Order: sequence, then structure tokens, then C-alpha cells
Amino acid sequence: MGIYIPNRQQSLRLLAIAGLVATLTACGSDSDDLPTPPVPPAPPPPPPVDVSYDVTVTNLTNAQPLSPVAVVLHDEGNLWTIGESASVALEQMAEGGDTAELRALSVVLAEASGAAPIGPGGSETISITIQDNEMANISITTMLVNTNDAFTGLNAWSLADLAVGDSWTTVTRAYDAGTEANSEAAGTMPGPADGGEGFNAVRDDADFVALHPGVVTGDDGLGSSVLTVLHKIDNPVVRITITRTE
Amino acid sequence: MKNVRSLIAAAVITGFAPVASAADLSIEVQNLTQGIYFTPILLAAHTPDASLFEVGEQASMEIQMMAEGGSLEGLAAIGTSISADAVANPASGLLGPGQTTTATMMTADTNTVLSVVAMILPSNDGFVGLDNWTIPTEAGTYTVYLNAYDAGTEANDELRGSGMPGMPGMPVPPPLDPLLGTNGSGVTTEIINDTVHIHPGNIGDDSATDGASDVSNTVHRWLNPVAKVTVTVN
Repeated sequence: MGIYIPNRQQSLRLLAIAGLVATLTACGSDSDDLPTPPVPPAPPPPPPVDVSYDVTVTNLTNAQPLSPVAVVLHDEGNLWTIGESASVALEQMAEGGDTAELRALSVVLAEASGAAPIGPGGSETISITIQDNEMANISITTMLVNTNDAFTGLNAWSLADLAVGDSWTTVTRAYDAGTEANSEAAGTMPGPADGGEGFNAVRDDADFVALHPGVVTGDDGLGSSVLTVLHKIDNPVVRITITRTE
Repeated sequence: MKNVRSLIAAAVITGFAPVASAADLSIEVQNLTQGIYFTPILLAAHTPDASLFEVGEQASMEIQMMAEGGSLEGLAAIGTSISADAVANPASGLLGPGQTTTATMMTADTNTVLSVVAMILPSNDGFVGLDNWTIPTEAGTYTVYLNAYDAGTEANDELRGSGMPGMPGMPVPPPLDPLLGTNGSGVTTEIINDTVHIHPGNIGDDSATDGASDVSNTVHRWLNPVAKVTVTVN
């Protein structure tokens, strides 16, 4: 059983209106030449209402750290589309884990970044706030760093149905940005397994986004690969829980 | 389900047969892979007592013809014999990696489930499949993700070869020809599971001129799912 607490703000507003009515009555009654009644002051605009979410990302892989996660809220657009060429901003994230350009896209209304990479088995909760908008879409991206251009995340998922206190959980698959051939060769992957290059503007792969075919690794017959069986992936790769907190 | 039951109850009371409503469908099939091709796709709405394939059971000769060579002839004949509403080959040929094709279909009252099949290339007897998915009666858009199956009818040697049922090797239509290697020694000659099962995946190798496989290990592998089917019930 909850205890009923009268809404203090509402009571104050009622008192204010009562006071205004008293003033008007007084004004109108002490004169016969009908002065222009004072215009009541326009009510101040309501203060902006924060709409906030906690996004928890859990790394389900064996040995693929996730680059710091980007979370963005937007009304329009998709960060990627299967079958279509990746934007340079997406390529920078998928090849090098750099989400600065993705978070600065013109459609982005609010953005947040994880503090650090998320190791295998680890998780991080990232908070994001937007004002006066309960209908935004959320997109989340992160790179699987011991790969050439694998990433995962959530693309333009509508938050319209998430009420305060509601949570929604999903698992996501690995995507291939299609911007860098999956050579797995020394010097081509930014993660700790290689310590190689991140973003490179050259596109030497299919040049469209698709689901990732998985890493091959040296243990499974790719002679040029510096990856081992430890780095293999299968779907799903990440679990995401979104909770609306206010 | 409740609606169906009350319809049946009503039918019993009035003495008429239950009436399922015909559906007007738009169906989109997207190849989610970056390196795998689909042969001509078969979309079939049929009665729930029929089935094109069943995991854990041996594939029919008609499924074998589709899974080893991409031929829809046998399955189309079955479709006709069971009064299915079918669309064969909506993409007019191969559906390449990342590509999408669409079809529309009017289904008869009793054809309440949807099945989808197409061979995946390069493979010996792999196919993408949807088995008896119940078509929703409520208008709306529905999404289904499809896995890759192995028909269990041919050893996965991953070598250039034949698309004829019972003949070893993989069929190699023109777009695949420049993408595959040659002179592989063969990955395996064994069939361990001769029933329809989830495909173990291509192994491939990193040589275009020798090695065990004629398939590229960085391009022609996949992880499930391999296709997305979006059904709009109008």
C-alpha cells in the first residue's frame, strides 16, 4: 500500500489561480469606467523534461574486446543498412573503434560513449539523456577489435514503447562493414591480438554491410592470420539491456 | 488461437466447415551474407499437414535436387500436387550476397503456412530454409531469420563438380566461377548425418590453386542466420 501524498506543485498552482481571480474581482468592482483588465502574465514555459536511459552492454565473446561503445539517440536515419555501402563514420568505428564521427552525425540528438573497452565477459552501463522526446530511436555500435572490420550493435530501435522503469533486452549479431578484407594479417587489426592499424580509407572488400562470416584464424587454415582459435566468434556476440530511468 | 477455436465452434453449431481467411502477402527475402549466393528461391504457402523438409529426417529426392543443384522442378511439381500457392524464382536467377528480392502472393484459405527454400553456393548440398511458418492472420509486417541447412545427401568435399543429384562436387554457375579455387584435394568424402541438419559451415582454405577446398576460407564462410524474410500480411 502506498501513502497518498498530495502533489505539492499542483496545490501551489491552484493557490496562485485563486489569488489571480481575487485580484480581478477586486479590480472590476471599484470602478464604473471599465478599465482594460490587466493581462494575466503568460505562464512560464514548462521546464524541459529529461528522458534518460541506462544501456548495459555485455560482451559474450571468448576473446574479442569491444571498443568503447557509442550510444546515440536520433529520430531519423540508420547507422548502417545490410546490402549497402558503409558510411566513412561507420568504417572508422568498424575498422578502428573510433566513434567520434558517428556520434557527431547530423541526425544525432544525444550521444554518449563508454569509458573504456569492454573485455570478454565484461559489461558496462552507459547513461544517455534527451529532453522532451520519448519517441527517439536508439543506435548502439562497437567494434570487435581483434578483427579487420567486425562490429555489432543495434540500429535505429524505437524507444517509443519503453515507459519509465521498463527494460528491454536483446542479443546482437556480428556484422562485417565490408570495408576491409578479412585478412586477419599482422598489422591490420587494432586489438591486443595484433596491435595493428585501425582505420584505413582504402576499401578492398565487398563494400557493403552484411552479417559477418566469422574469423578464420591460423588454427583453422588461414596462413596469414595472427588470430588463433581463441578469437573465433559465433552469434550472438553481445547482450544489450536498455532501461528507461526517467 | 482463441479466434480459431471460436470459429470452429461456430462452424460446428451451424454445420458449416471452418473458414480460414485467404491472405494477400508481400514477401521480401534478403541474403544477409557477404559472400554466399542463393539459387532460385521457392516460396510456397501450403497446408500445415504438408512439409517440404523436416530436420532430422532424410531429404526427399526433390529437396536433394534443389540442395545439390538448385533445381526447383521437383519441388514445384509437389507444390502443384498439394495445391500450394507458390512463387518460384522471384529474383530471376541467383540472389547475390546482400541482395533482396520481393514477391507477392495470394494464398488459398487452407494454405496457412509458408515454406522457403533455396540452395546456397558455394556448397555441396547446403540450403537456406523456412519450414512451415504459420502465416499470421492479423495484418502487419513480420520478420523471420533463416538458417543454413545441410540436406545430408552429399559429402561436403567443397570441390568444383556437379549439381546433379547423387554426383559429387558443387555446381559452379558463371558468377561463382572466378571466385572459386581449383585443384583442391577434397575436404571429406564422408556423410556423417544423412538427415537434414544445420549446416556445419564451409571450411575452405587460403589457396586458390591447391589445398583441400576450392572454397575461400575468408569469403565463403557464414554464421547463421543467412537470410531475412519479411512478410507483410495486407
